[in-house]
Amino acid sequence: MASFFRQLETMSLTARVAMGVAFLLVLGGVMVSIAAFAYGKEAARTAYDRLLLGAANDIISSISVQSGEPVLELPVSAFELLALAPDDRIGYRIMGPDGATLTGYDEIQIPDRFDADSNRYFESDFFGETARFVAVSRRFAERTLNGTITVVVGQTVNARDMMAYDITRKALYVLAASGLAMLGLATLVVRAVFKPLETIAGGLAARDPHDLTPLGTDVPRETAVMITALNSFMARLDRQMNSMRHLISDTAHQLRTPVAALRAQADLFGDEVDPARKDRIVERIQSRTSNLGRLLDQMLSQALVIHRGDSARRELVDLRDVVLDVFDEENHTVLFPDVTVGLDLGDYPVEIMADATSLQEALKNLFGNALKYGQSPVRLGTTLTEGRASIWVEDAGDGPSEAALQSLGSRFNSGALSRQSGSGLGLAIAHAVATSFGGRLDLETLPGVGFRASLVFPVKQNGGRKST
Amino acid sequence: MIRRLVSLVSLTLSMFSFGFAQAQELVEEFGPQTAPTTLVLRSTTDISVFGPVVDAFLRTQSGLKVIYEQWGSNDLHGLSRKECREGSPEADVVISSGVHQMVQLVNEACAEKYSSRLTALVPGALRWRDQLWGITREPAVVVYNRELVPESEVPKSRFDLLDLLRPTETPYTGRVATYDIERSGLGYLFAFADAQEASTFGALQESFARTRAVSTCCSADIIRNVAEGQYLIAYNVLGSYAQGYQEQDDRIGIVLPSDYTLVLSRALMIPKGSKNGGAAGAFLDFLLSPLGQHALRRALLISPLLESEEGAEGETLSSTALRPIGLSPALMVALDQLTRETFLKRWRITFPDP
Repeated sequence: MASFFRQLETMSLTARVAMGVAFLLVLGGVMVSIAAFAYGKEAARTAYDRLLLGAANDIISSISVQSGEPVLELPVSAFELLALAPDDRIGYRIMGPDGATLTGYDEIQIPDRFDADSNRYFESDFFGETARFVAVSRRFAERTLNGTITVVVGQTVNARDMMAYDITRKALYVLAASGLAMLGLATLVVRAVFKPLETIAGGLAARDPHDLTPLGTDVPRETAVMITALNSFMARLDRQMNSMRHLISDTAHQLRTPVAALRAQADLFGDEVDPARKDRIVERIQSRTSNLGRLLDQMLSQALVIHRGDSARRELVDLRDVVLDVFDEENHTVLFPDVTVGLDLGDYPVEIMADATSLQEALKNLFGNALKYGQSPVRLGTTLTEGRASIWVEDAGDGPSEAALQSLGSRFNSGALSRQSGSGLGLAIAHAVATSFGGRLDLETLPGVGFRASLVFPVKQNGGRKST
Repeated sequence: MIRRLVSLVSLTLSMFSFGFAQAQELVEEFGPQTAPTTLVLRSTTDISVFGPVVDAFLRTQSGLKVIYEQWGSNDLHGLSRKECREGSPEADVVISSGVHQMVQLVNEACAEKYSSRLTALVPGALRWRDQLWGITREPAVVVYNRELVPESEVPKSRFDLLDLLRPTETPYTGRVATYDIERSGLGYLFAFADAQEASTFGALQESFARTRAVSTCCSADIIRNVAEGQYLIAYNVLGSYAQGYQEQDDRIGIVLPSDYTLVLSRALMIPKGSKNGGAAGAFLDFLLSPLGQHALRRALLISPLLESEEGAEGETLSSTALRPIGLSPALMVALDQLTRETFLKRWRITFPDP
């Protein structure tokens, strides 16, 4: 059963349309058959009842009275009328005023409660077959004969059944023809609908593997949705590939200098004989390697952020959790035991749609900058104001100079984000994270407090979640 | 094939007791005595006429014998109807010239359905409900005495006959014969069909009454009496008998009335619940097959008179003048009690009891 449903899911659309149409046809066929048969029966009954009535009237009008006795010559025309139903047997019975049969079949049973005026037709058995009868009466008011003579004429129902079947069959022919037309049309439409897809697929297959330029959108509106999605996907891919390319070249560039310096120092060390100078060289190598380690950390976190910015799923993130996660790592207590670190978190969640890991990386960088370049105490916190949520790091120092901030801002926009060192790279990462979730990086000097770096994100106004 | 006359049940019986005594006129057995299957065939046709056809049929079969019972049409009708109501048919095949009676039997659900490739080829007018089939083609003809009726006076149509009977001192007074329709089912059927066909019949009836025409029984008697000169003209005689007689005795002439000629097809039915339905179907198929048609033609039951190239003495007819008596429920009118009474009442005025 489960495999059947799986098969159903991967079934071709043409087959689906065909199945739908077939289902419609079968359902329609059943309904049309029932309706047509009911209609056919009704039509046949009306038509042949008229024949019966005509024949009965023909017979009754040929009765005359001669010397007190009803005289009758059955009109052949009446029987020829009935013989229009060629394979049906005919029954008739003519009854005098006293109810006695004058001529015809005694065997025809007239229903007990039968009122010849209002209810002229009845069905009864005639030599083992169902037959339909009509009863017609005529009053005679002669001197010698006063009373009602009743003529009952009927025939078996073969012709009626045949007519009903015939009408049903013809209705089904029409249905079958229109069904075939529908099926043909559906096939054509499905073909036409999927023609653009084939064109797209063909275009994609013929492409150079590195070609990520957008596809042409001159396709029917319905298929343009796919093209747009495909194009935006390719654009993302293109962006990521560009980032990666930049990252790799930047990394190479950034690492080349410190590694060369280290090698130079190591060479010096090998040639040096004076122990005091040797110690200094070792000290310098240690400081250089620790710088190199930090640089690597930052570059990796930037790579992570760039990677996640486009690819990670957005989910609801409480900024307070981000702050707590960074704080709880407690790196600062080891590396900077002298700096006092405080938290400023509200009572209400500060939620945005973003990726927690990217936010953590950004915050870590800002935090690291504050610890390294700022002055104690350092505070981490979140704020939710009208329409915007922010996560920030604050220290008591003055922050970078105005000129440095200016040049930072221009470099963020120039795209050469990663050709920074020290605090610059950290800010670049924070900036990249902010923009990839629709926010921005704010750097401001608060008079009397210190320097604050904050990531500010717009928040959709959400009645129930509004906090003070 | 051994053909043996088994019994001759008093031929005279039927002359004395019309319609009351239910007894066959003649019985004859065809085929090997020891055959396992017996087909009982009841017919109004003379054994001498139909026997060769049965012989031809038996030549195509093995292990089958046929008991042929010859009946008067009214007796056969009464017996078949009685057996049908009792649900115990003795016959396997019934063939009657009283086709109106056969139609009534089918109408009363007394017949078995049968259909085959051959029955499907029977024209619609000669087939009803796949239970009744017309198997012969026999015209109703005028027979005259060739010696006593001058060539110029031979009636070519009913109008000629009317003209012959018109003069007050016509020599044909009392010398025109026709069936007694009260006794002969076939005579009644022809008279009834005439009455439906044209107004000529009324005038003819009036002329018969005026010239004291004779109504009598039985084709054979009428034709013989015409040959012997007792009657000059016989009206509505079955063509097959007339032609059969003419082959032995050319004193009679045959005319197919050119205004219209009634054509009778003897009707065949298989009674409901017959014991040998299979053999009965085979018999019907044989009659409809080319072999059977040939045998019927030789027996004159499919009349050569109707085939223009053989038309005896140039009496060819346009096919529109042929009026086959179709097997339709309309024939039941002829059997209706009140209608029959009314019709016979008028007939009795024409032919008062002698």
